Order: sequence, then C-alpha cells, then structure tokens
Amino acid sequence: MADPIISVEDLTVVYDGRRVLNGVSLDIQQGEVLALMGGSGSGKTTILRHIIGLEQPYSGTVRILGVDVNRCSPKELMAIRRKMGVAFQECALFDSLSLEDNVALPMHELTGLADPIIEIMTYMKLAAVGLGEAGKQLPAQLSGGMKKRAAVARATALDPEILVFDEPSAGLDPIVAAGLDDLILLLKRAFHMTILVVTHELASAFRVADRMAMLYQGSLIAVGTKESFLASTHPRIRQFLDRVPDPIAQSAAVQNRFRELAGMAGGTQ
Amino acid sequence: MNVLEDIGGGVNRGLAYIGGLTIQFWSALRASPRVLPIIGKRGRWREALRQMSVVGVKALPMVGTMSVCTGFILAMQAGAELRRFGALQYVMDTVGIGFTRELGPLLTAFVVSGRSGSAFSAEIGTMVVTSEIDALRTMAIDPIEFVLAPRYVAAMIVIPCLSVMSNAFGILAGWLFMFIESNLRLSMYLQYIADSIYLRDVLTGVLKSVVFAAIIVNVGCREGFRVRGGPDAVGRAATSAVVWSTFLVILADVFFTAIFYLLHWH
Repeated sequence: MADPIISVEDLTVVYDGRRVLNGVSLDIQQGEVLALMGGSGSGKTTILRHIIGLEQPYSGTVRILGVDVNRCSPKELMAIRRKMGVAFQECALFDSLSLEDNVALPMHELTGLADPIIEIMTYMKLAAVGLGEAGKQLPAQLSGGMKKRAAVARATALDPEILVFDEPSAGLDPIVAAGLDDLILLLKRAFHMTILVVTHELASAFRVADRMAMLYQGSLIAVGTKESFLASTHPRIRQFLDRVPDPIAQSAAVQNRFRELAGMAGGTQ
Repeated sequence: MNVLEDIGGGVNRGLAYIGGLTIQFWSALRASPRVLPIIGKRGRWREALRQMSVVGVKALPMVGTMSVCTGFILAMQAGAELRRFGALQYVMDTVGIGFTRELGPLLTAFVVSGRSGSAFSAEIGTMVVTSEIDALRTMAIDPIEFVLAPRYVAAMIVIPCLSVMSNAFGILAGWLFMFIESNLRLSMYLQYIADSIYLRDVLTGVLKSVVFAAIIVNVGCREGFRVRGGPDAVGRAATSAVVWSTFLVILADVFFTAIFYLLHWH
C-alpha cells in the first residue's frame, strides 16, 4: 500500500491534566474520503486541529505528505498548509470582505497571479459551489448553507491536495446538508482530493465516506468501511448508529441536593 | 505566605504580559515593511490606509473638541491666577508649552485608546472566536502580517499627526481666551506662541506620541489575541485594552518626562 497522505501516530493530547486524546493512530490514503465520527466531546475537533497543525500534541506525531507538522520548520509547515484546504464549522469567513474577496484572498496572498486571472478563478470557484452570482455579497447577508458553501469555495481556492471539513452539515436542514455532501463527492471525483470529514451526522458520513473512524472519549474505537460499521457489534458503535441516548446518570451529591430541594418545597406548603 | 505567593504570582503575570507585548511588537515591526507601498505586498497598504482613516480621520472631531475644551479650561484656570499678578500674558506660555509637551500627546492617546484600542481588541478577539485567525494560519497567511502590521503602521503614522493637530486646537483655544479677555489679535498671539515654544518642545511631544501609539496598538492587539471563549470574553478584552493602555501611557509619560527633565530638555 502507498504511503498515507495523512498519518496520525499515537496522538495523545492533554488539556489541564485531562486526557482529551489517548494514543490515537489513523491513516488516510490518497484520494479517499474518511469520515471521523463521534459524539460531542469525543475529541473530533481536537484531532482535526492537530492534523491541520494549529496545536502541539502532548505526544505522538501527525504527518502530512510525509512531513511531521509538529516538528517541521515554519517554512515546511507553510508549504504543507498551501496543499491543504480547511472548511471550519463556523465557516470563518472574513466579515469585512465580500464573498469574492474571501475566496480570492489566498490567491492574492500566496500566488503571483495577475488580478484578472484571480477574478476569473474566483468566479469559477464560487460558481462550482453554486454561488456564482453572490460574489459581491458580504458573509452577513448569506444563509447558513451559503456560508458553508462559500467556506468550501475558499478552501478549494488553491486547488489543495487535501481538504478538511469540520462538521460541514451541522445546523443545516437535510436538503442543504445533502447538497453539501454532493459537493464533497464532486470534489473527490473531479479533483481526486483526499478528504477528511469530521462529523456527527450519520446520514452525511454514510453518504460521502469511503471509510469511517469512530472516536469515543478520546480513543479511536473503530476504523473501517461503511459495511463493517453497519455490521459492528461494538456497544458504543451500535449505540451511536441506533441513536440510543445515555441514561442520565446522577451523582449521589446531585441526588442529595434534589432531596434537599424537595424537602424545602414541602416545607413551604 | 499567601500574600507573598499572590505578590509573586502578580509580578510573574505582569512580566509575562510585558514579555508577550515585547515579542508581539518586535514581530509586528518586522512585518511592517510588507505593509508599505511599493515595497510591500499588494493590498496591504490599502488596509493600512483604511485603518488610518478609522484611527485618525474619524477621531479628529473628538480630538479637536477635547483639545479646544481643555485648552480653554487651562487658559481660564491659569488666567484666573496670573491676572492677580498682572501676568496674564503667561497664559500663552502655559497653553503653548503645556500642549506641545504634554497635553496634546496625552489627550490624543486617551481618545485613541478609548476609540481604537478597544476596537482593535474587539475586532481581533472576534476573529479569534469565529476561527478567522485559525483560518488565516491554515491558509498559510501570517496573522501578524495580515492583521497586526497594517494597524501598527496606521497607528504609528496617524497618532503623532493627531497629536500635532491637538496642539493646534489647544493653542487656538488659548487665543480664544486671550481674545475675550484682552482683545488680542490672532497674529500677535501666534507670534508670542512661536517665541515661547521651541522646536524641541514639539519634537519631544511627537516622540511621546509615537511611544503612546505603540503602546495603544500593541496592547489593543494583544488583548484581542488573548481572547478565549465567547462574546463576553471579547467585551472583557476591549475593557482590558483601554485600562491597560491608559495605565501604560501614563507610566510611559512619567518615564519620558523625567528623562527630558534630567536631560534639561525643558
């Protein structure tokens, strides 16, 4: 098998003495879409932030295209980042810039292209996500779905080899979310991009992913194909797929407080 | 023991804060040439010009009004005392020297700190909260160069200019007082002012205002970058930026005034 494009080895992250990731190892191959799933607080966004080199791990390594992003020189990190596009959960569009200026920004900053060429390419990027006519609008004038698509247009501005999506369909209605899923599939097919999608939306994950990985309380509990996930008997995977809520566990202290409050309420009657 | 720990912790945090400011200032200074026209990156100078308009041009009415009011107050207070000794003409010295050496730079610093220092921290803090700073980093764009450097260049250019304008407004307010009191013509007043103040008075004032500009922009941006959490943290950062920059401006003023005094630049 060829060397993975993204390779996470034994990644451990500790915040304020609390382990957020426990020795996570994960490989993503060229041209595949991997959906990283897990519940809230499972460590999905933390692993994403380490993959895109925004944070330093407690231990372990993250290699992108063979380069250790936590130990490479700033110049090497810049070179790697030029080959990556990231669409953030909050979209992270620059409020003071129009949509076309947002998309054109990486081209203006990182390429020596002439302004007319950048203008044409910006229009093409926006048109590819269905926003060709919205270029003059400011982010504040857009709906949630349009912002997400604009963030994808900006992430693809430099034709990256790797695309990373953080919760692309969070907060969107099912129709708009399905449109974004189609967009991810289109990018994969048309440009053979390697795509990491961090999500907790099952429908999206099953639609776009070639492989899936599941995090639970900072540990990777499964990596495999969609079929292997559907056939899995792992209790946490079954709970996630079957949408079974955790019982609300109350500590003894909380139960005692409830009793106290009930007593106070009884005394006032 | 707890008191000693608290004092030690406070000193540590203060030193860490000053260290952070110094590193940030140095990084922004190194990135500043890339904001300048012709030699800089395309588009950067446009952003610096926009910041100059926001920090300087839009602050001019407030700086002007405050300077006129303060100049008039100073002239009235000084006039009330000096008249008793038959020395009303020294009001002109008081206003002229007071504004060029001290009040012009200080008033300008207070106005800009309240208007723009807080705005810098709120803008950058919001960019942190909404992941815009992270987005810049992932796009291989240096946030220091993209966000900080245009603000530094703008502030360091327009705040000294505003300070000179403040001097002019304050001195004109002094003439207004003298005109009401003794029907003094403007040309005579200006002649007297030109005789009473030296170039070094103006230059030391401008030098102070450059330092004040560095403090305001540095603290404002630093507080913005330190934001963690949500919108309430942005509000706290804006408040903190104004409090810290005002405090540090006063400290710097004491320091520079003492140095100029010891060097007999007065």
